[in-house]
Amino acid sequence: MNIANTVDKNKYKKDRVILHSDCNGFYASVECLHHPEIRNKPVAVSGDAENRHGIILAKNEIAKKFGIKTGEVIWQAKLKCPDLITIPPHFDLYKRFSKMARRIYSDYTDKIEPFGLDEAWLDVTDNIGGDGYTIAKEINQRIKYELGITVSIGVSFNKIFAKFGSDYKKPDAITVIDRSNFKDIVWPAPAQDLLYVGRATKRKLNNIGIYTIGDIANTSIDVLHNQLGKWGYLIYGFANGFDSSPVAHMNSQSEVKSIGNSTTTPIDMKTYDDVKVVMYVLCDSVCRRMREKGFMAKAVEISLRDNKLNTFSRQHSLSAYTNLTSDIRKAALNLVKQNYRFNKPLRSIGVAVMDFIHDDIPRQLNIFEDENRQIQNEVLDKTVDILKKRFGNYIVCPAVLLGNKKLSAFNPKDDHTVHPVSYL
Amino acid sequence: MKKYVKVNATFDCDGNLLPVCIYWDDNRKFDIDKIKDIRYASSLKAGGAGIRYTCMIKGMERYLFLEDNRWFVDSKEKE
Repeated sequence: MNIANTVDKNKYKKDRVILHSDCNGFYASVECLHHPEIRNKPVAVSGDAENRHGIILAKNEIAKKFGIKTGEVIWQAKLKCPDLITIPPHFDLYKRFSKMARRIYSDYTDKIEPFGLDEAWLDVTDNIGGDGYTIAKEINQRIKYELGITVSIGVSFNKIFAKFGSDYKKPDAITVIDRSNFKDIVWPAPAQDLLYVGRATKRKLNNIGIYTIGDIANTSIDVLHNQLGKWGYLIYGFANGFDSSPVAHMNSQSEVKSIGNSTTTPIDMKTYDDVKVVMYVLCDSVCRRMREKGFMAKAVEISLRDNKLNTFSRQHSLSAYTNLTSDIRKAALNLVKQNYRFNKPLRSIGVAVMDFIHDDIPRQLNIFEDENRQIQNEVLDKTVDILKKRFGNYIVCPAVLLGNKKLSAFNPKDDHTVHPVSYL
Repeated sequence: MKKYVKVNATFDCDGNLLPVCIYWDDNRKFDIDKIKDIRYASSLKAGGAGIRYTCMIKGMERYLFLEDNRWFVDSKEKE
């Protein structure tokens, strides 16, 4: 990547008007709307503690004042605020509210790019109903009236500053960042407030004396490139307001680069056999999703997290493209065998497939392998897919799952998928 | 207090769904004399959001909400 790709000055002759709308404390706001009796109390939506998913997923403004943070475990949050009311998540409800918000957005533009359930970019450049602020104000009021929750909206000439704007003032606020004020608003902020500056990038930047977004903007691009590689170009462009990435069209599908599932198990996995049970379930889900999309993959990745929360991942390239559950599972389990000695029990594992081609592309047969066996496996997978689609996930399963229902009784395929896809 | 209610409704020729009468749980039936307004709205009082019908019932204005496929009203009764 070079800077010419990031700075495309001729592409947009006049400045675009981009909005980034962010529903404040989304899950908690929706819960508070539906439970008027707890609306004035500290409330957090949290995962299931018994199944060890007990982290804070969202909190309301009152809980926020106690210093409760998204991602911290429930007991830590309760130390800060003993009266904290924790509610289990209701993802179907949140999906409905997300859809209702998008219905409102669609009255202003068809260029709507969701970023998770609660955030979205809108390109309202071609809207003749008013300037960015006026449209943002109208959306903000309509969401409050029609959905009963609040949004913060950033208005700017690119997606990065619009997102920055929606985070700048919360809750229920509108921030306009234009060419005349971005140096005053964006540049004094810490470097990690910029999209894609995470902990590791922040550390590298701090090591060379870069602490603010303004520092990034005013550092030589070569220095940033030396420190961060191609990310250096990217964040230099972001910090200077050069981002020209378009807001995707409402019905466009983002290109799928990988398909994966992971889970934190109710009890630690102490042996290879425990991992095998969970891996059977995860691979079944990943491969069914891959077949539904009509893909075959050539690479498998596993990620493992032990009970001390150390995480690592390993990848393996397959000799040929496949979408057979048995092939992917075998590769994933081999990776576990080769890379983990069970010195510490595992808390969570994940598997992902990537490097796709479409499954209708003709492929070279292998004379050294039993292709009939391959065809039999394909038929088997297809049959199992149909059975599960018609009669539910648990209608048929490998015998290995029957021995350990504590580890195998979950359904990653039909669980919620609410995480944002990558921005890039 | 949010109270889900049984409702008789019709589709008109344009495909609009219009409530006709509400049944209370003690079998009382309330005819909707007129629908004054239909819009998306939330109800902070009852706790919910959906399509809000402003209905005239026995000379009184009442809100009736369609939330997904269920109807609710804001009731003064405690459950």
